[in-house]
This record gives sequence, structure tokens and C-alpha cells, in this order.
Amino acid sequence: MSAPPAAEHAPPRVPAARLLTTLGTGGALAGALLVFAYQATQPTILANKRKELAQAIAEVLRAPQRYDTLYVYRNVLQRELPPGVDPRGLERVYLGYGANGERIGFAVESNAAGFQDRIGLIFGYDPATGRLLGMKVLQSTETPGLGDKIYKDTAFVGQFSRVAVPLRGVKRGAGRGDSAEVDMITGATISSRAVIRAINDALARLRPLLDGYRAEASR
Amino acid sequence: MKAARPADDFLRCLWQENPVLVQVLGLCPTLAVTNTVANAVAMGIAVAFVLIFSSLFVSSLKRYIPNEVRISAYIMIIATFVTIADMTLQATQPAIHKAMGPFVPLIVVNCIILGRQEAFASRNPVWRSVLDAAGNSVGFTIVLLIMGGVREVLGSGTFLGYSVFGPHYEPWVVMILPPGGFFTLGSLVLVVNVVRRRRAERAAVPALPVRSETKEAA
Repeated sequence: MSAPPAAEHAPPRVPAARLLTTLGTGGALAGALLVFAYQATQPTILANKRKELAQAIAEVLRAPQRYDTLYVYRNVLQRELPPGVDPRGLERVYLGYGANGERIGFAVESNAAGFQDRIGLIFGYDPATGRLLGMKVLQSTETPGLGDKIYKDTAFVGQFSRVAVPLRGVKRGAGRGDSAEVDMITGATISSRAVIRAINDALARLRPLLDGYRAEASR
Repeated sequence: MKAARPADDFLRCLWQENPVLVQVLGLCPTLAVTNTVANAVAMGIAVAFVLIFSSLFVSSLKRYIPNEVRISAYIMIIATFVTIADMTLQATQPAIHKAMGPFVPLIVVNCIILGRQEAFASRNPVWRSVLDAAGNSVGFTIVLLIMGGVREVLGSGTFLGYSVFGPHYEPWVVMILPPGGFFTLGSLVLVVNVVRRRRAERAAVPALPVRSETKEAA
């Protein structure tokens, strides 16, 4: 990028200490500026993320009255963690309740490798019926026009609000009317499979916990 | 390159020395984030912010930056402003920030910015450097807007998310994929070169070859 140095009149050599001081001072100032910017923006960024997650949970659980956050700790779902356990980094699921305090189902986050990058999604699962309640893609860099149909194609997304688990992807029209069948998107097979795999993997791991969760009677 | 009027520092970057079409710099974001108009605008604003503040700082501090470490110092200044722009965008426009993916942090290595520091801000007075930075930003944003407009209208049938052709339009998906970026940019550069050549010929004077400017910047 830089032009070749003009050899004929080389500038006097600058002592190394001067170079170090310049870059050191500059780095310290830049660092201070970034700390300030970080502190100014971080609360808003976190609030945005929380709001986005809350909206996604409301969507896949079909507008619950409220929801509890449950942590997967020592392979048990726990609403209250024992004191001294750091909740960050623990996997969590969200249990939604309807207007009369009845359980609607669990919202679970999961992800799987898609065509370009990992696809992150959240889905609602009802242990009482063994069916899904809804699915929303949270993070995807799938190809515009093809892979992005996993969240833009309402017919595809709509299937996840009734299908039984574990899901089985089939070519459109090739299904046998089974309740666990999901019609995959033509031209986006890898992305469709990734969505199905993300849900199946999460349920294979968590289903015993979700189905067996019997906390105190729901109020 | 003597500017007759202060405004020339700004204006020459719009057409004669347009950063994308003539200097052919900064092609990575030009191709990558112009699949919608909204992304193009956001990228233009982010680059303008970084470029103007970097030029301001580099130009004001040029006496204190030893020649041996100037590139490191420029990168440090640029990276600081890129990080600020990245955080601000994430806080205010989370949807656009998500859509741009890694291309906001990658502004650090945008050659328009480093190029203007090395070629202009480090050897010109502060106010001229800021004008030059503003001109380059606007020139860059205009090209991004044209690219984003063409690609979104043809590739999605929408402009800023509003439907243009109605529900029966079958989008040319290729236009929002990477090849569409190359098609659009190629056509744009072609048009601009034809226009420039015509103008140079019409100027009748044994015209300077149009190429001379391009070569120095490439």
C-alpha cells in the first residue's frame, strides 16, 4: 500500500523510544476512547438482545401470559440455581404459561451448521402433545433468495407450528401424510435440513428433561 | 494537484477521482453489502464517519507521527473509529448491523480510508483533509446507493423494502447474490469509462489519456 521510500534523502533516524512512546500513548488514548464508547452503547445492545429474545419466545409459544427461565444444570431443569452457581454459560429453556396458569410448552434455542454459517433458531415444544408450537430463525447468513426461505417462506415456517417430533424432512409432495413430516424447500435442501437437525438434536438431548419436568404445581 | 477552490477537494472526489469507479478502491464492501439500499446507506454512513474522523486526526497529528510507524498509527486511529461505529450501529440499528455481518469491522482494512490517510491527510492541512474525506465518503456512498438501488430493485423487486413492481414480479435472484454485485459494478465502471472517454475526446484538445489518473491510484 505504501509508496517505496525516497532513498535519495532518507529522513534522520528516529530513536526507538520515540516510536514506542508515540504508539504507546496513541494506544492508551484509543483504549480510553473505546472504554467510553463501550460503556455508552453496551446497555442498549444488551437491552436490544433481551427484547429480541423475549419477542422470539412470545412468537414460538404463541403469546404466553408469562414465562419462566429454567436452567439446565447437572442434567436437571432448575428454576432456582443453587447459590454460587454462575448462570452465564448454562443452557436455558423457557417455560411459557397461558392466561389461566396452564403450561403452554417450552421454548428452546438451538443451532446447526447451515449452508454458509451456523443457523441459530428458537422453537416451541409442547410435551403434552409431542408437537412443535412454532419456530423462528434468530441467526442466519443463508443465501438470499434460496436459503433465506427458511425464515421468509411462510409456508415452510408455518409447518413448524403443528408438526410432531422427531421431525422428518421430505421432498415437497413426496410425504405420506405422516404428522412428523416437514416439506423441505426446493433449492434450499441444506438449509432446510439444518433447521430440522437443529430441532431434532436439541430435542434428542433435552426431551427427557422437558417431558419429565414436574416442578411445583403451576399457579 | 493544486486545488483552485476549497470546494474542489470535495467535488473532484465525486466524479473525476471517485474512490470506487476511478480509483477502484474499497471494492470489498461495494460488492458485499449492496444487496439492499438500506445496507448501502448504513455502510456509506459508517465509512463516512470513520473516514472523516480518521482524516481529521491523522492530519492534525501528522507532525507527531514518526514516519517509521505512520501506518501502524493510522491503523490504530482508523480501528478506534471503526470500533466506535460498530458499537453505535449495533446499539441503534441491530437489524442492519446483523445484515452487514463482518463488513463493519472490516472497514478497518478498507483501502479508501488508509489510502486517503497516506495520500492526502498526512500531507495536507486539516480542513482540506476533512473536505477530501467528506468528498470521498459522498462519492463512495453515491456508488453504493446506485449499486444497492439496482440490485434491490432487480433482485428483490423492492426499494427500501417497498414493493416496486407488484406481486407478480419474479425477482432476478442472481442480482442479490455475489455475481450480481460484479455485474452491476462492471456495468457501472463501463458506463463511467465510456462517458469519460467521450468527454475527453470532445474536449478536442489533444486530450490527456483518461487512463493517467486511474493508473496513479491503482
